[in-house]
Amino acid sequence: MKTVRWLGVGIGILVPTVAMASTLETVKERDSVRCGVNAAQPGFSSLDDDDQYRGLDTDVCRAIAAAALGDATKVDFVPLDSVERFTALQSGEVDVLSRTTTWTSSRDTTMGMNFTGVSYYDGQAFMVASDLGVQSAKELDGAAVCTQSGTTSELNLSDYFRINGMTYDPVVFDAPEQSIAGFEAGRCDVLSSDASQLYAQRMQLADPSMALVLPEIISKEPLGPAVRQGDDQWFNLVKWSLFAMLNAEELGITQANVDEQLSSENPDVMRLLGQDGHFGEAMGVNVDWAYQIVKQVGNYADIYDRNVGADSDFNIARGLNALWSDGGIQYAPPIR
Amino acid sequence: MSVRPNTRPAGHKPPFWRDRAKRALIFQLLLVAAVAAFLLYIVGNVQDNLSARGITTGFGFLSNTAGFGIVQSLIDYSSQSTYGRTFLVGLLNTLLVGGLGVLAATIIGFIVGIARLSPNWLLARLANAYIETFRNIPLLLQIFFWYYAVLRTLPSARDSLAFGEVIFLNVRGLYLPEPLFESGFGLIPATFILAIIASIALVIWNKRRHEATGKRLPAYWISFALIFGLPLLVLVATGVPITWDIPELRGFNFRGGITIIPEFLALWLALSIYTASFIAEIVRSGIQAISHGQTEAAQALSLPRNLVLRLVVIPQALRVIIPPLTSQYLNLIKNSSLATAIGYPDLVSVFAGTTLNQTGQAIEVIAMTMAVYLTISLLVSMFMNWFNARVALVER
Repeated sequence: MKTVRWLGVGIGILVPTVAMASTLETVKERDSVRCGVNAAQPGFSSLDDDDQYRGLDTDVCRAIAAAALGDATKVDFVPLDSVERFTALQSGEVDVLSRTTTWTSSRDTTMGMNFTGVSYYDGQAFMVASDLGVQSAKELDGAAVCTQSGTTSELNLSDYFRINGMTYDPVVFDAPEQSIAGFEAGRCDVLSSDASQLYAQRMQLADPSMALVLPEIISKEPLGPAVRQGDDQWFNLVKWSLFAMLNAEELGITQANVDEQLSSENPDVMRLLGQDGHFGEAMGVNVDWAYQIVKQVGNYADIYDRNVGADSDFNIARGLNALWSDGGIQYAPPIR
Repeated sequence: MSVRPNTRPAGHKPPFWRDRAKRALIFQLLLVAAVAAFLLYIVGNVQDNLSARGITTGFGFLSNTAGFGIVQSLIDYSSQSTYGRTFLVGLLNTLLVGGLGVLAATIIGFIVGIARLSPNWLLARLANAYIETFRNIPLLLQIFFWYYAVLRTLPSARDSLAFGEVIFLNVRGLYLPEPLFESGFGLIPATFILAIIASIALVIWNKRRHEATGKRLPAYWISFALIFGLPLLVLVATGVPITWDIPELRGFNFRGGITIIPEFLALWLALSIYTASFIAEIVRSGIQAISHGQTEAAQALSLPRNLVLRLVVIPQALRVIIPPLTSQYLNLIKNSSLATAIGYPDLVSVFAGTTLNQTGQAIEVIAMTMAVYLTISLLVSMFMNWFNARVALVER
C-alpha cells in the first residue's frame, strides 16, 4: 500500500543516527567538507568579486579540506547567521563551524560541540561616532548601543555597564549589515562587537573617518573552529590542521618555499611535511596532509596577512595573534 | 410458550467485527494508538540523540539568569532576570504590537474600503492607489522602508523636535511625559467604570423605550458625555492629582517619561498599513455583496442615510467581512515576528533569538515559541468565530 510505504520512508528518516559513519568517512565519501561560515564579514568570510569566499575563517576550512581530501578547493561553504549556527553544527548540516565563534565553557559543555583551538584572539570593543567627543568607554553612560543578537557581545555589554554603574539601551539586530545601518542612521551612539569585526565594519561606512574604535577591550573572545562532540578522529584532524599552520609559520615554512623545504634536514620540518614518520596516517589522512595545507592554503602568517593583516585593507597588527616566540600567544603543540 | 421462528436465539449477538459501530470504534482506537506510538517514538528518538551528542535538554534553563538587556519591556526587567522572564517580556511586546496593529489596521482598512466606494472620484482613486501600492510590496521591505526612511529623516537627540517642551521626537524615539498618580487618583477610574455601567443601562433602556413607544433619546451621545465628561469633572473637582515626569536631555539621551522606540513605531506602521490594504478590499467586497435593492428598499421606507448603513447594509456586510477579516488578523499577528529584522524586541527576537542562542536549547525554545503563536491564533479565531456567529443572519 502506498500509505504504508510513505510511513516507512518517514520512519527511515527518523531512525536514530547515533551509529552513523564517522565524519571523516562521510567527508571522504562526499568528497567535500561542509563548512559553516559568515555570509558577509570582510576579513573573515565574505564573497569576493568572483563569488569566492575569502577570509581567515574560510581559509581554515580550506586547510581542513586540504588535510582531509588533499584538495583545498573541495569545500562547500554554508553561510549561517549567528542564531542558526549551533543548530546547523549539532544537526550535521555542517561538518565544522568556522564562523568567528567565541569559545566559551557553556558552548563546549551544554551544546554538544567542542572547540578545537583558537584561530583568532579577539576582544569586544566599542565604535562611536567621532563627533560625539567620547574618548573612553567609561563615558558611555546612558548610550544606545547597537549589537547583534545571539552573540557573546550581548552578555559582555550588560556585564560591563552594570559593573561600571552605567545604564544603556540595547538595540539588537539579527545581522551585522543591519546593526551597521542602524549605527549609520544614528539610531545608536555606539556599535559594539568583536574588535576585528568593528574594524571591518568601519571600512564599510560611507565615510570611515566618521567613526572611531575606542581603546577599551572589555572581554576575551577567542574565536575558533568547532566540531560536534563524540567524533574524536574528526576533532583531532580539525585541531591539527590549525596547529599545522602555526607550526609551519614557526618553522619558517611558507606557501612560497614549501617545495624547497621538502628537502630540509630539520627533523621538525621533515615530520611536519611527512618526510619522516606517519603522523598523517594516524589521523586517517594522507601522509602529506600538512604539506598540502601549506602548499595550497599557506601557513598562519600567510592567511593572517592576506585576510586581515598587512596585505589586506584592514591592516590589523598581529598583537595577541603573533606567535609566542614573537610576543603573541599563538602557540601550537609540536608534531612528533 | 410459543417461540416465533424468525427471532434469533436469546443471548446470541453478532460477533463484534460484524457490528459496524464497534468496528469503527476499533479502527479509531487503533489509529489513535498508532499516532501516539509514533509521537512517543519521535520524542524518545530526539531525546536519545540529544543526550548522545551531549546537548542539555529540559526546561530548567528558564530559571537561569539571562544576563542580557532588552530595550523595551512592559514589566520589570533587568539583565539579572531569568530566561523565563525574557519569555514574558517578548510575549508582551508581541501582544502589544499585534493588538495595536489589529486596531489600527481595522480602522484604516474600514476607512479606505469605504472611501474606495465613494462617489467622489479623487477619494476613490486615492484609496485605490493606496490599496494597490501597499498590497503589492513585500512586508519585509515595507518594514525596512519605515524603519530606515523614517530614522534617517529624524534629527539626533541633541536637535530633537520639541512639542511644547514636553514631547520630544528624535532618531531614538518619541519621548512623552509620564503621568505619576498621587493618592486620591483612584476615584477617577472608579467614576469611569461607573459611567460605563450607566451608559450600558441607558442604551438598553432607550432601546426598550424605542420599541415600546417609538420615542428615542440620542443615547450614544449621552453615553459619550457620561464616559468622558464625568471622570473629567471628578479630576477637576479633586484638584488634578497627577504630576508629570517630563523627559529631559541628560548625557546622550532623554531620560524620564515614556519612550516609544522607533522600532516599535516602524513595525506598527508597516503592519497596520500593509494589513489595512487587504482589509480595505475585504470591506469593499463585503459592502458590494449587499444588493443595491436593499439600500433602495430601506430608502423607500424613508430611513435616513446613516440608518440605512447602520441597520441594513453593515449588519449584512459584516457576515461577508468577518471570516476573511479573521485571517487578516491572524496574518498580522504572525507577521509581527518580522520584528527581529529591525531589532524590535518581540518574542522571536528576544526568546527564539537571544535566549535560544545563549542556552542552545533550540527544541524547547522553538516549541514554546510555536505554542505561543498557535495559542494566540486559536484564541483570536475563537473570538472571531463567536463574533461571526453573533452577527450571522438568522435564517428562518
